[in-house]
Amino acid sequence: MTNTLKNLTLKVWRQDGPNTSGSFETHTIEEITDEASFLEMIDILNERLIEDDKEAIVFDHDCREGICGTCSLMINGQAHGPERGTATCQLHMRKFSSGDTIVIEPWRASAFPIIRDLMVDRSSFDRIVEAGGYITAATGGAPDANLIPVPKPVSDAAMDAAQCIGCGACVAACPNGAANLFTAERSPTSTCFLRVKQSGIAVQKTWSKRWIRTLGRAPTTVSVRRHVRKRYQST
Amino acid sequence: MSSILDSKSPEGPLADKWQNFKANEKLVNPANKRKFKVIVVGTGLAGASAAATLAELGYQVDAFTFHDSPRRAHSIAAQGGINAAKNYRGDGDSVNRLFYDTIKGGDFRSRESNVHRLAEVSVNIIDQMVAQGVPFAREYGGMLDNRSFGGAQVSRTFYARGQTGQQLLLGAYQQLARQVGQGGVRLFNRSELVDVVVIEGRAAGVVVRDLMTGELSSHSAHAVVLATGGYGNAFFLSTNAMACNVTAAWRAHKRGAFFANPCYTQIHPTCIPQSDDFQSKLTLMSESLRNDGRVWVPKVAGDNREPHLIPEDERDYYLERLYPSFGNLAPRDISSRAAKRAVDAGQGVGLKQNGVYLDFSEAIGRLGRDTVAERYGNLFDMYERITGENPYDVPMRIYPASHYTMGGLWVDYELMTTIPGLYAAGEANFSDHGANRLGASALMQGLSDGYFVLPYTISNYLSEWLNKSVPDTSHPEFAKVENEARDRYNRFASVGGTRSPDWFHRELGKIIWDYCGMERTEAGLEKALGEIPALYEEFKKDLRVTGGTDGLNQTLEKAGRVEDFFELGMLMCRDALDRKESCGGHFRAEYQTEEGEALRDDDNFAHVAAWENTGDPMAPNRHVEDLVYEEVHFQTRSYK
Repeated sequence: MTNTLKNLTLKVWRQDGPNTSGSFETHTIEEITDEASFLEMIDILNERLIEDDKEAIVFDHDCREGICGTCSLMINGQAHGPERGTATCQLHMRKFSSGDTIVIEPWRASAFPIIRDLMVDRSSFDRIVEAGGYITAATGGAPDANLIPVPKPVSDAAMDAAQCIGCGACVAACPNGAANLFTAERSPTSTCFLRVKQSGIAVQKTWSKRWIRTLGRAPTTVSVRRHVRKRYQST
Repeated sequence: MSSILDSKSPEGPLADKWQNFKANEKLVNPANKRKFKVIVVGTGLAGASAAATLAELGYQVDAFTFHDSPRRAHSIAAQGGINAAKNYRGDGDSVNRLFYDTIKGGDFRSRESNVHRLAEVSVNIIDQMVAQGVPFAREYGGMLDNRSFGGAQVSRTFYARGQTGQQLLLGAYQQLARQVGQGGVRLFNRSELVDVVVIEGRAAGVVVRDLMTGELSSHSAHAVVLATGGYGNAFFLSTNAMACNVTAAWRAHKRGAFFANPCYTQIHPTCIPQSDDFQSKLTLMSESLRNDGRVWVPKVAGDNREPHLIPEDERDYYLERLYPSFGNLAPRDISSRAAKRAVDAGQGVGLKQNGVYLDFSEAIGRLGRDTVAERYGNLFDMYERITGENPYDVPMRIYPASHYTMGGLWVDYELMTTIPGLYAAGEANFSDHGANRLGASALMQGLSDGYFVLPYTISNYLSEWLNKSVPDTSHPEFAKVENEARDRYNRFASVGGTRSPDWFHRELGKIIWDYCGMERTEAGLEKALGEIPALYEEFKKDLRVTGGTDGLNQTLEKAGRVEDFFELGMLMCRDALDRKESCGGHFRAEYQTEEGEALRDDDNFAHVAAWENTGDPMAPNRHVEDLVYEEVHFQTRSYK
């Protein structure tokens, strides 16, 4: 049932614009019920900031049902935080404990430049789709929908692949910042999404194996481990 | 009372009207189409499909969305499915039956000709979406599967697991992306419409704000399409996405477009009950769950035993008891009010006693856990993430919440508003659902408007403008509207009060929910019409927006949206007050049958109320479009 979390320390990335440097800002949440969602916690913090005449933390979010893919956030180094297969907007505070320190960062990938604070520019995903991520089917003249039967297993696999919410977590979690999971047409992206979340940066040692298992091939010739080390040194 | 509203319904018998329209409409030849520019605002199902199709036809299209990508539009959150009169089940479905179900579901308050057209083109939508690769659910034989939905006795709902809206939007988005890639559509993302520009009585363009830089810019066109969704967030707590707002439609209203039936709002019966005061939104659990879930409350008020400890004979399966022929699939308004009655009577369940049970134990026993998981697995997972309870083991708790708005900009048969050249599509218009929308009909209407209606009707208007000059953005009116918008944002930033836009939104939402929500009374509405303007005054004096007007400022964006909700809230209450009857989603406590069902007044209110802005939000003008039924006869809506 309902519990109250106490004394949470938030370290939130603040950055004025794409070309300025940023830093972590520390905030304390003295009390919050575990029924609250993670983003509701940020809402409350933002209300407090406005009350103190400060600017609210900028972050992307919209449906809060885990389907629109607008929300992002690296939470303690994991894309969308600790709960498996769950977007940030569906993450609830019951996954945290009193006294926790929570580090909140934007997606970290050069393909997603930071716009401000926790908001990044993911229009690169749109450009991928615009370049050919569609079926050519102009409006009108489509034959009857039942004309070509599609076996259920094929249809189900297509649905698995189509469930990707386009949030960019895979790019943010990938040591190479690659969008292979987003573009992997034959690979069920939802499953990949779960695996990315499961692995995250925090468990990078198993990363390359998972990657290979997911995609059926090694990502690139670049050593994943060297890349990860480099990223860690730079942040 | 005037009848300046011309619905432009075509001549001929109902079933021939759309064919007659298409046979007689004015066309624009392919070589001339590129001379016309059309602005489409919003990239949900209606906007994306309209923009893509218009560009395929050869028009120059500018598409605007305030999201970072067109695929984020809230159509994506629709779960259950999309209706179409395919009759693949052979269970007696037909265009006529879908038409009749929609009219009846809308409680005889929609325009016959529009609804019939909707039913006709519904079949094309399914063909089109399958051609685009939408992975609708299929049977083992490879044919498309269907499920049944509220308010219908046939199975005509096509679905893609619990993510039908997502799959349809991705289809439409990809067609839009194709046109963007090929140069047919110029896409402006993270750009919010802040005003509509009307010159010499016709829509000349829009002013938008670049949300990244705060810059205002003008865009001119031959025609403007608003596909900007509904206004359910007026209630603050709703199943809408956080950014859904009424601004585009409201700005158009303030520039002369009539706003129809604002009091027709839909309260969805199956949402997760509120758990806390600071809650930001409510989450919908698809109506499709009612195919297998059984709704009940304890028979005795205040019975707070665990659900499994309450024996069968001490449970009230009230929907099955009250509406035996539709049972748990009774339409949304009826199910919602029944839940409210149970909770108001003290039979509510959960810690706050603010919900009713939706129980799957019988379905799990009948179908097995695996089948239930296959049908509803993602919904069950979502429920568990939010509540921390596992619906395979304990019944879900649900309660109604604001979900959809049937009201919207008044449009004629061609989807044109009262401003020539300004169109409204999808949830943003009022046209097809009357006083209540049936489940799985919103996706149908959005795609019908965008793919199969607007592309035909818009040429009827554009053809008149061939080789005639229209004002471009150098016209002084554009500069004037831009300045007004700039002043407005400067005003928000300089109030220097103490309360955030969210605080005001929450307070406003409470008033509208309490007095203009599931049940309305004359006294309550009068009270709301006193409280809303008072709070609005406070908003003007005590708002605090931190950060400036230059650059990205989400607090400033919200302030603009909340201000428009204030004025809309007044109009919703005014409309609800003046409609002295109960129909569909509009339930006036004074007008009910002995059993507590909605009591319509067909003699006095079988009409659309379309409101004209007068500059004073408390004193709008009410115009009337009489609803003339040629085919359908008024009936008391009964689902018993």
